[in-house]
Amino acid sequence: MGSSQSTSEEQDYQLLADRTGFSLEQIRILHKRFKHLTHDKDTLRREDFEDISDLTFNPIRSQIVEAFFDKRNFGHNEVGSVEEIGFEEFLTVMSHFRPTRQYLTEEERDKIRQDKLRFLFNMHDKDNDDTITLDEYRHVVEELLSSYPEIESETAKAIADAAMLEVASVTMGQMAPDELYEGITFEHFLKILKNVEIETKMHVRFLNVDTTTMNCVK
Amino acid sequence: MQTMGFLSYIRPVFAIYISCAVLALLAFGTTTEVSPKPATTKPPYKSTALGPINTVPKVFPEPEKTYLPLFTINYPRVQIPFEITLWVLLASFAKIGFHVYHKITIWVPETCLLIAIGLIVGAIMYSVHEQPPAVLTSSIFFLYMLPPIVLDSAYFMPTQAFFENMGTVLWFSIVGTLWNSIGVGISLYGVCQIQALGVQDINLQENLLFASIISAVDPVAVLTVFEDVNIHEQLYIVVFGESLFNDAVTVVLYNLFNHVAELPVVDATDVLLGVVRFFLVGIGGMLFGFVFGFVAAFTTRFTKKVREIEPLFIFMYSYLAYLLAELISISSIMAIVTCALTMKYYVEENVSQRSCTTIRHVIKMLGTVSETLIFFFLGVVTITTDHEWNWGYILFTLMFAQIWRSLGIVVLTQIINPFRTIPFNFKDQFGLAYGGLRGAITFALVYTLPDTIVQKKLFVTATIVIIIFTVFIQGVSIRPIIELMNVRKTNRNLGTINVEIHSRLMEHIIAGVEDLCGQWSHHSLKDKFMRFNNRYIRKILIRDDRPESSIVALYKKLELQNAMEVLDTISGDISAAPSLISLHEEKTSKSSSKPKKPFLASDLIAMHEILSKNMYKIRERTVSYTNKHALPNDSRAREILVRRHTSIRRSLRARSFQGSEAMRSQKYFSLPLGQSLDYRSAAERFCHNGDGDTAFELSSWSARPRSKQPRLSSSRTTRLDTLTEVHSVASVEDEVREEQRGPGPSHVSSSSTDSRPRAPHQRYGSSGKLSIVDSDAEAEEQQPVPPPSAWIPEPPDQGSSGPQNPLLRRAQWKPQDQ
Repeated sequence: MGSSQSTSEEQDYQLLADRTGFSLEQIRILHKRFKHLTHDKDTLRREDFEDISDLTFNPIRSQIVEAFFDKRNFGHNEVGSVEEIGFEEFLTVMSHFRPTRQYLTEEERDKIRQDKLRFLFNMHDKDNDDTITLDEYRHVVEELLSSYPEIESETAKAIADAAMLEVASVTMGQMAPDELYEGITFEHFLKILKNVEIETKMHVRFLNVDTTTMNCVK
Repeated sequence: MQTMGFLSYIRPVFAIYISCAVLALLAFGTTTEVSPKPATTKPPYKSTALGPINTVPKVFPEPEKTYLPLFTINYPRVQIPFEITLWVLLASFAKIGFHVYHKITIWVPETCLLIAIGLIVGAIMYSVHEQPPAVLTSSIFFLYMLPPIVLDSAYFMPTQAFFENMGTVLWFSIVGTLWNSIGVGISLYGVCQIQALGVQDINLQENLLFASIISAVDPVAVLTVFEDVNIHEQLYIVVFGESLFNDAVTVVLYNLFNHVAELPVVDATDVLLGVVRFFLVGIGGMLFGFVFGFVAAFTTRFTKKVREIEPLFIFMYSYLAYLLAELISISSIMAIVTCALTMKYYVEENVSQRSCTTIRHVIKMLGTVSETLIFFFLGVVTITTDHEWNWGYILFTLMFAQIWRSLGIVVLTQIINPFRTIPFNFKDQFGLAYGGLRGAITFALVYTLPDTIVQKKLFVTATIVIIIFTVFIQGVSIRPIIELMNVRKTNRNLGTINVEIHSRLMEHIIAGVEDLCGQWSHHSLKDKFMRFNNRYIRKILIRDDRPESSIVALYKKLELQNAMEVLDTISGDISAAPSLISLHEEKTSKSSSKPKKPFLASDLIAMHEILSKNMYKIRERTVSYTNKHALPNDSRAREILVRRHTSIRRSLRARSFQGSEAMRSQKYFSLPLGQSLDYRSAAERFCHNGDGDTAFELSSWSARPRSKQPRLSSSRTTRLDTLTEVHSVASVEDEVREEQRGPGPSHVSSSSTDSRPRAPHQRYGSSGKLSIVDSDAEAEEQQPVPPPSAWIPEPPDQGSSGPQNPLLRRAQWKPQDQ
């Protein structure tokens, strides 16, 4: 039984590897971690995240956790959130943080950018209406500053307001007179963060990285 | 045009001429004044010499001594400081000269120019048979000239980038320097065995010593180029960090090999001891630096009452760390570097803004002077000393230095790349290898070699050749090559608050995801350190501890700018006042006491010009890429504010308007030119007026000051120190405004900063999404309320009559400013 299970596991891994782009080794490690988090169950629930002691201090902890239960991040064109996720979903969400290869064509780079920014955007856009409204943005900033007890929420609000205004001024250059700024759309989101090299910043170096994928031989 | 070009050509020449004149003076001074030296020293000498003789006969009873000399020259008394002063002055003049015609320094690195001037000076000195002053001795260099240079680099090290790339930086600087030293040393030793070169007398130790000296890279010029072309951060910081730490490594190796070079025989134990000592010295220095850094930071906690001497603590502690490390022969460079890196963050929060500026300026100044002097000296020495020219040895040195450097970079990158998230590609490697210029420290080290080294002269010559080769050829060509190769660049202009929010956000997300995966890297490590820092270290080291997110810091800064620009708009001869007033006059349909002033095209151009001259660029938040030769100007904000305070009085009386130049720079919190959300209303107002042509500009101008009104008062919540005086006024005003606002659904005011109560804006209803524009909208909505004509003619008198006018705040500033 053991051998047959391991071979089917291997096949699963291969399948997942094809789908998510992780190497088999990485998947193995992440699977181990996943099992550790779920206490050897098949699905991961929100409560399981409570046990990660390092995460408790993260100011945007809840948002990170939510991102794992957000269907939009699973890549199936579905919306809404789920109660528990399996390993595949876990891996899919994780795959947003894969480092990029060194040499990319412009389209590839754009695609990765879009993908990563989409992840961030979905994180902000809780009600999935394709805009980050001011309230949502305020929430983000408040969370972000929540680790600083000295900063009042008024300040956070002011910052969010300012940031929103900045978005409006940057993106809505030629606003029609009666047009109103409703919130940050994804296009605007791309626009305001176009100077951030997100493809090089938003990644995690997953352990046991297959060096050949990272270090493209020239 | 042509004459202008010619003139600008002439000016540097003129400057150089001045320098030469000064130099000639110096040369003349030293030559002529040296000759009177015996004369002036004669009288005392003579008297003492005569003393014993005179005692016996006493026939000529002191005929000379009776008269008090009216005029004496005592050159030897002042000689050393005098000459040093002149040298520094001359070098500084040279620096002025380079910047007269700024294009020179773009294409030719400053170091080249300094060396060139040094060469000229050397030539003059040579022609008058004058020896350069003995400024550069070993103890002077190590005790007085090296510390400022290192402190300068260390203090202005972009901390964040450094810690993010610390592994790579240390890898390249430590292993890379070792690699170079040993590689070049052994290769040269091999070459020395060739009979034809005639340098068999250089043994292995001396070769290693020499190799360690010439492996210290000093890429000032390269860094300047990298900054200019916005090279990506990783490459920049690696070059920067390498230059800093390999000084430390080089000096350790230098001392080590210097010691070893004196040993007659070297056995395995010596080698082993050398290796152990290498690490002992380095790590010891680091620990020392930590201790001193913390003590320095702790000291500045208590300097509130003695602001004047605050900067002194910084220098003294750094220097003390250096000297004590030197005392017990551990790496003093390591000590001063770690000391500076450790204390910088805490000290800058403790000391006052002025002290901070002083610290930065003095550090920069001392560092520059030191370096300038060395380069200058290099030029002089090149001409004035006798060289031992050994073609073979020198060419081989040059070749090996290049080969081993390139090889080292390639090999070391291959090793480090798998550990890096963003590996260095081929172009980066080329940049690293080609950026390996040799500089001031290399020269100083070789020049201060002990005379026991037989081939010192050859070493000096070879080093000079290497420096001149790298600085002139590589230094000049690196800019075109880098530009041609199109090395990955980065946009460093990340001053917007959205970007800041998201880079923070990303750090937290990544730290979170890493925690999730149960692994750690520098993100989660940084996260943990920051928590530890905020909880414990800051409490101990910082006087009034208010941990602050970088987002808030940026926000405050932007707000300060904003406030200043509000002042800006009404300062000087031009401001938005007339257009603003006329605007809401129309809107409220009240009779205006002031005729609206039409703008003509020529006016606009004039405005543009005046504004572009007066405008300050927005200060970068993190001045992470500090030019080696220039200071980040952090005090600018305050200075502007102070200036505005004075000018505001004047401007309140003067009618003036605002150019669109200012509008463009104004991108935070208010809407740029023609992009205002309340564009429609503004336009409408103008349509009423039929002033179609100017409506566009006017609306944008008017949008600007109004949109910023709330910001001024909102500074209260964020404790913007510089603007505290506004608070009383603003709050009073706010209260009044609150009263006057009357009924109306005001979801906005509840959801926004309490310090700036919002008028309800019905247009947007209660959608909530739109309240981002509330600062604009609110200000706009409030415009109708105040009697518009009130404040302009006699601003101070309006205090009681129109408190609800947002503009009133400016009027009320006036008494405070006076």
